[in-house]
Amino acid sequence: MKIRVLAVLFTISAGAAFATPMSIQVRNCRLRATPSQLGAVIASVEYGALVQAGVLQKGWYPVTTADGKTGWLHESALSRKPVAMRAGTTDATTGVSSDEVALAGKGFNEQVEAKLKKDGKLDYTWVDRMAAFNVDADQIMKFRTQGNLPGGAQ
Amino acid sequence: MSERRTFILILAFGLFAAVLFSGCETVREAGTQIAREAGVISADEAESINRGAQAVEKTWQDLTPEQEYYIGRAVAAQVLQTYPPLDRPEANAYLNLLGQSLAIFSERPETFGGYHFLLLDSNEINAFAAPGGLILVTRGMLRCCENEDELAAVLAHEICHVEKKHGLSSIKQGRLTEAFTIIAAESAKQLGSEELASLTREFETSVGDVVMTLTTSGYSRKQERSADAAAVELLRRAGYPETAMIAMLQRMDEQLTDAGGLGFVKTHPSARSRADALRTTITDADSAPDAVRQQRFSAVIKPIVAGQ
Repeated sequence: MKIRVLAVLFTISAGAAFATPMSIQVRNCRLRATPSQLGAVIASVEYGALVQAGVLQKGWYPVTTADGKTGWLHESALSRKPVAMRAGTTDATTGVSSDEVALAGKGFNEQVEAKLKKDGKLDYTWVDRMAAFNVDADQIMKFRTQGNLPGGAQ
Repeated sequence: MSERRTFILILAFGLFAAVLFSGCETVREAGTQIAREAGVISADEAESINRGAQAVEKTWQDLTPEQEYYIGRAVAAQVLQTYPPLDRPEANAYLNLLGQSLAIFSERPETFGGYHFLLLDSNEINAFAAPGGLILVTRGMLRCCENEDELAAVLAHEICHVEKKHGLSSIKQGRLTEAFTIIAAESAKQLGSEELASLTREFETSVGDVVMTLTTSGYSRKQERSADAAAVELLRRAGYPETAMIAMLQRMDEQLTDAGGLGFVKTHPSARSRADALRTTITDADSAPDAVRQQRFSAVIKPIVAGQ
């Protein structure tokens, strides 16, 4: 019994030791129940939010969100650096310098795009229209099944 | 100046110079720390050197997915000034369904704004991958595809350019150093009008570099080959026959020989040499295209290819 308790405690502390704070670096990020882009969606995670990431497994991190939800995120959705200025993003939580926090979210951003639009240099009408072409996981699964596409190794 | 100070000064600047070539943050910080402790430079000067060097060290690989997204949007907007969109909702919906079904199997399924696809009303044989996942395909390119599998090969190749950030890599380093220096110098979240104007100029020229590569100068041969190889792997993972890539390249080779297609000839290594390079890695046997896939492809793409 004692050994089992110790083993559980060891597993928990080892897990905590390996957990790394990481930031969500994409919009519309979805926490998945399984390590697959077609896995059931547990929750949406906000851009710039911090999560605790475990050990990377074939491109996927097991993560825990700030409000305690657990699931999987593909490594391409995560960054070790903070990506957006958010309330509560401090050195203590991210383990990065305040300089990096200050730089996060700056640069080529919507402020620059707004200026280009204001100056009348580029027309974004069709860019916005194409960005609105969305396909959900159900449509993809139906498309794949009907088209007899085998496998699905990710 | 005492001998000791001279020695420290030389050591500090030696370390600083070393970082400019090596890009090692620790060495740079050690250098400025030593110089600061010796009283050679002030704390402010040390911070300024560190910030300046940090900006110099940053490359296109340091662009965040959000920055890549804004660059990609401007690149797509600029390409669309030359190549008008093809406003065919059904065909664009099919293209997005096919493209996004492939993108989820990519090494980089998540980009800031996701993958989106659009047809272009041009007979030139070409396809463009704007950074971040905005992919544009001409009517001329559709003519090189006999079935869904071959169109999947075209899209997979473009997705792999996005995955490997080939577009971003064409931005000249000087522009990024300038941009990162402006960002580093300004501590406020919102830039002042002067800084914003300078940053917008760097942004425009960076976008110009990518558009130039996509439409005129082309990626390097090595980048094309790596996108081809990754595309074959992507097709395999998504369940499409790898041979579709070779079939598409062969058809493209024939079409390019028959007619114009100048854009693609300029920006890509010859289709035949690309197909030859892949043959050694593909072991699939040729198979007849799936009937359902053939039917759904023909229903929406064939009328467009026929110019209806």
